[in-house]
Amino acid sequence: MNLAEFLSSPNTLPWLIPAGPLLAFAIIVLITNRGRLVPAASHAYEDHNHPGYKGLFVPVVTDWGRVASIIVGMSGIIAAWLISLSIVGQAFAKQDFGKKVFESGFEWMSLGAPGSGFHMGVLVDPLTTIMLVMVPLACTMIFIYAIGYMAHDPRQARFFALISLFAGAMLTLVVADNLLLLFVGWEVMGLCSYLLIGFWYEKPSAYKAAMKAFTTTRVADVIMMLGIVYLYAQTGTLSFREIMYNEEVLAGLAGTPAILFGSFGLSAAGLIGIFLIIGTVGKSAQFPLHVWLPDAMEGPTPVSAMIHAAAMVSAGVYATIRMFPVFEAGGHPHEGILTAPLIFMAVVGAFTAIFAATIAVAQNDVKKVLAYSTISQLGFMLAALGMGAYVAATFHLITHAFFKALLFMASGSVIHGMEHGQHHVHEHAGHGHDDHAHDDAHAPAVAHAAHGHDAHHDDHGHDDHAHEAHAGHHFDPQDMMNMGGLRKTMPVTFVTFLIGGLSLAGFPLITAGFWSKDEILADAWYGITNGWGVHALVFILLAAAAFLTAFYTMRQLGLTFWGEPRTEEAKHANLGQGVVSATMTLPLIILAFFAVFAGFVGVHPDFPILGGIFSANGIPFKNFLGPTLLVKPELIPFSIVPVLTSFVVGLGGLYVGWLLYWRKPLVAGEADPLTRIIPANVYNLLKNKYYVDELYDRVFIRPSQAFANAFAYVFLDKRLIDGFLHLIARVAVWIGDLFKVLNLWLIDGVGDGIPEFIAMFGRWFRRIQTGRIQQYLLLVAIAAILIALVLVASSGVLVQAAGG
Amino acid sequence: MSILGIDILTFLVIYPALAALVVLLIPSSAGKQIARYAALALGLVFTALTVSVFSQYQLLQINDPQAQQLVSNTPWFTVLGASWHVGLDGISAAMVLLTGILTPLAIIISFEIEERVNMHLALVLFFATGCIGVFVAQDLMIFFLFYELSLVPMYFLINQWGGPNRKYASTKFFIYSMGGSLGMLLATQLIGWSISQVPADIVSAAQATNPALASYIAGRPSFDMGVISALWPLLQGVQGVFLGISVETVKALAFLGFFIAFCIKVPIWPFHTWLPDAHGEAPTAGSMLLAGVMLKLGAYGFLRLVIPFFPDVWVAPINLLGVIQTNWAGILAFLSVLGVVLGAFSALAQNDIKRLVAYSSVNHMGWVGLGIAVAALAYGQSFLTGAASDVQSAIIAANGAVMQMFNHGLSSAGMFLLAGAIYHKTHTRDLREYGGFWVKAPIYGTIFIFTSMASLGLPGLNGFIGEFLVVRGAYPVFTVLTVLAMIGLLFTGSYILKGIRAVLHGPFNMHWKDYNLEIEVREVIAIAPLMALMLITGLFPNWILEVINATVTRMMGG
Repeated sequence: MNLAEFLSSPNTLPWLIPAGPLLAFAIIVLITNRGRLVPAASHAYEDHNHPGYKGLFVPVVTDWGRVASIIVGMSGIIAAWLISLSIVGQAFAKQDFGKKVFESGFEWMSLGAPGSGFHMGVLVDPLTTIMLVMVPLACTMIFIYAIGYMAHDPRQARFFALISLFAGAMLTLVVADNLLLLFVGWEVMGLCSYLLIGFWYEKPSAYKAAMKAFTTTRVADVIMMLGIVYLYAQTGTLSFREIMYNEEVLAGLAGTPAILFGSFGLSAAGLIGIFLIIGTVGKSAQFPLHVWLPDAMEGPTPVSAMIHAAAMVSAGVYATIRMFPVFEAGGHPHEGILTAPLIFMAVVGAFTAIFAATIAVAQNDVKKVLAYSTISQLGFMLAALGMGAYVAATFHLITHAFFKALLFMASGSVIHGMEHGQHHVHEHAGHGHDDHAHDDAHAPAVAHAAHGHDAHHDDHGHDDHAHEAHAGHHFDPQDMMNMGGLRKTMPVTFVTFLIGGLSLAGFPLITAGFWSKDEILADAWYGITNGWGVHALVFILLAAAAFLTAFYTMRQLGLTFWGEPRTEEAKHANLGQGVVSATMTLPLIILAFFAVFAGFVGVHPDFPILGGIFSANGIPFKNFLGPTLLVKPELIPFSIVPVLTSFVVGLGGLYVGWLLYWRKPLVAGEADPLTRIIPANVYNLLKNKYYVDELYDRVFIRPSQAFANAFAYVFLDKRLIDGFLHLIARVAVWIGDLFKVLNLWLIDGVGDGIPEFIAMFGRWFRRIQTGRIQQYLLLVAIAAILIALVLVASSGVLVQAAGG
Repeated sequence: MSILGIDILTFLVIYPALAALVVLLIPSSAGKQIARYAALALGLVFTALTVSVFSQYQLLQINDPQAQQLVSNTPWFTVLGASWHVGLDGISAAMVLLTGILTPLAIIISFEIEERVNMHLALVLFFATGCIGVFVAQDLMIFFLFYELSLVPMYFLINQWGGPNRKYASTKFFIYSMGGSLGMLLATQLIGWSISQVPADIVSAAQATNPALASYIAGRPSFDMGVISALWPLLQGVQGVFLGISVETVKALAFLGFFIAFCIKVPIWPFHTWLPDAHGEAPTAGSMLLAGVMLKLGAYGFLRLVIPFFPDVWVAPINLLGVIQTNWAGILAFLSVLGVVLGAFSALAQNDIKRLVAYSSVNHMGWVGLGIAVAALAYGQSFLTGAASDVQSAIIAANGAVMQMFNHGLSSAGMFLLAGAIYHKTHTRDLREYGGFWVKAPIYGTIFIFTSMASLGLPGLNGFIGEFLVVRGAYPVFTVLTVLAMIGLLFTGSYILKGIRAVLHGPFNMHWKDYNLEIEVREVIAIAPLMALMLITGLFPNWILEVINATVTRMMGG
């Protein structure tokens, strides 16, 4: 195939989508990331993320390197976006898209006889197309935002290299035509998230969070790998089309008992499904593997948006949506017959949704609220998929990606603004104000108590090397208790944050979040009307979670933007002027557009008035996505109950939030009104995330370290195995000594000694009586017995081994 | 195909020894640099030779698929039945290439040696003779000879240029390996002689179907691997083959001799404790070759000798303690999984960077052992019953084992190079004394993370290919063990992250303020080819897997 053909065919073009960002990564790493050495204490390096080492020169990216890296990175992602748009356009135009798809591949690994090797390829079907609408767009916005957000970072070029690799990996995952390539993108993203969370690697809180993220997701990934190999062993392929679009294969998977637990009635599809879903539980931070995600906030904010919205956690849900037919195999969710993986997903998702929502209610860190909110919303998607609501889950994935990316970047603007204010206070008012602010920040007793568990404060445990410049510097620009009144100085951020927040809260009719959440509840309600238990559980938990979502969103908005500034820093918080401000504002505005309008492609046709406007020919989103599956998802009948529920929980949550945080805004020094309505111990339980981190530390982390040190290394290797070897060595040395002595007596004795023999006799005789001979004889006897024992013991095994 | 009238494989065996001799003969008055560059030039010629051998093998293999290529067979000890028989198949071709790649890189790294330079470089070169000899040998005597020969230069490298505890480490390494070889020597003799006891009718029946037996005369002893692979498994039910012992016992004894020798070499848990000591104390070049090539000799021995020679022994039922029904394949799988899991845990417990990397070898080579166990089981089953239950899984597992051998050669050599680079600059191996080096050594940091990720098995880099294939092959066969091995895979992540964290992350340890910690150009030149191969193999494994697969598939009869 020549190049022109390759480029013009939509079958081969998808190969190039991830190529742009990946190439950008390579170019930045190899060419444009060039540093110059500056004193670490200089302005270009030192800030609260980079300690100023005395007398040390550190590399800081050169100006041309910074600009070139940004240009290369932007070019990569924009190329990916344009190619995606071209493919999306062709996909929309294609007749019968779904049954017909764009795909191409080649034999990647020869395994066994010719033809039975492993094929690698790309695939664009409706689901991929939808992802290709969302991912490159969100990534591009994040890239633009990072130009401004990281503008003063000494390692911005590295940052652009890493987010390029991240985007490349995500796009690889999206266009993959098989589970293995998906897994490649999945894991490379894991690496990127590790490197990006730990981007400010000098901060212990950052590298700890990075290790936590990598390790926690790896727990899930190794189990997911079992699912992949099992699927591969069972079907002989990992190609999505060959498995998911093939009734025979699916029936075979459902009909084969599982290799483990098969006697409990679990089918191969069931076990594979559970293995794969555990992978998603890790990647999408579902309970009980959710712990890494809030800590991942240690990374620069564009990373948070990348991880939470466009890429990593979406990838987790995307993988389950992709593999849905396997989970479904053997069941029929539309008729209430749920398989084990579906029930597993529904329960985990619904529980996580409510679990994380309750934690989010009591967080004070502006990004952590959003982190828990993300966990909760991903729970919505997983629960939806567990009920068989394939379309609703995908829909929520897309809308959530837009408004959550918006929220993260808006919160990044808030943090950036607060840091700006911090600089202002620092420069204009000297240290007096700084200390004052610090006192303010910690005046509320509860807020102070909570800081003990806050990862940020690990900062102060490592002053042993070179960090004295920042000792005693406690102001936290992410703490919402330090904010208030930001709407005045940061109006664009406020409005976009408000739009994102309302969308997240599911503000009725005009936000995207309302439509996607409503659809999930509608599916659950449909199950209830048919009397299915799982659906009832999901409905109740999700409705409660939706209420809490609206509440904590209102709380966050109130604490951040409403009322009067509670600190000097907040008073001076703004984004400034120029490139930084522009690049950080533009993406917010664009995403706000999608956070509102992305929902109208999923309105139920029977919805009063709006259904007729937006979905005259059926739900557009569903019509397009449906043919991804062999059996198109059925349209559930419209019901007013879930709509009303959505109205009630959305508006109700917003109202309660308004009551507590807007009607009479929090003033400096005042305790969180939440503490007035819920008992202190419950509040602390939520605040401390149900102490799950502490539990894991005691139950998993410390025991495994102890096991590694005390048992695997010291006891087994050092004491037992080496001890045994040393014993053998010692016995050998003894025997050697024995021969040496025998030599002395016999050989030398016979050769040289006969003349002296008689004269020596007396002395020799005395030596026997000293007991040394007995000692040696005893040793000989012991050795002989040992050898005999070994022979006897081993011969039995040997005869058996020989089949005797 | 011949060079100077000698066939190319023989030349490839002799060449490094000659090169070593040349380096030794350079007078020390000529200066260290002369010897270094001479050794490097000779080493690069060696690489070129191995690359040419590999590509010739590829070409010959495509045009004329048969078990061995570039064969040369000359009578040697006719009375014993030993001959200078060398040849290449896909597995040995991959290993020869690996040896060829690593040798000049080890020479580049040896530039940092200042004492007895010529001798050090000569030993590095001489080591290659031992390894190539093992990989191309088609005769058991030749195999054994070179297997032992490779020990000598490595012993002296550790003993003379090693760290503070080098005497203990080198002695342990040498004695332990020799101890294993002792049993192997006895087993070799036993087999070579017992072949003469195979009844003539069986021989002639086998000769009709197996070309490897064409020149074999019944009733003669033989050390030819092809002959032994064909005849020795057929020797059954004959009494008094050797000292009146039943043939089953003879086989079991011979099996044990090989099994233990190779278990020590690989190393399979619990025969591994020599390895952290040897690696920890060895000079960087020694560690690179030890991990990169020498461990492969053991795994190669399993694939080349133990699987084809003892198909019946591998699968003969064994009853442990009256409750556990298993066989030798199951035992090897179990021990390998223990190696994967406990190796990872032990690595996590280390505070010495070289010992951490050394334990990672125990962890990684465990996957090789697991792959071999799956292949051995299927090979044994198909020998006994004519068909294995799951040949495709066995083929994939065996492919995975060989890929893992090759990949571990690349990534462990790279890791030792990097550990050596930082040790060379700080003169400490204690991870707790490092910290935050990424600030002062950004290039080193990036390379370190890249290589660590290859070692961790990140998809997209080489390490993943082998692990994935082994897991895929082992899962349907040793399901529970494979699931347990995942614990090892998890903790592989933990110790790799521990290493990255200790070296690169955290606030910079100001103790090293005035040290130059950045990687040297020479070291970058040495690791760049490894990194390129890690990436290429991770993205397009078929450049080498295709070669390996053809041989493995033929061997497993798939």
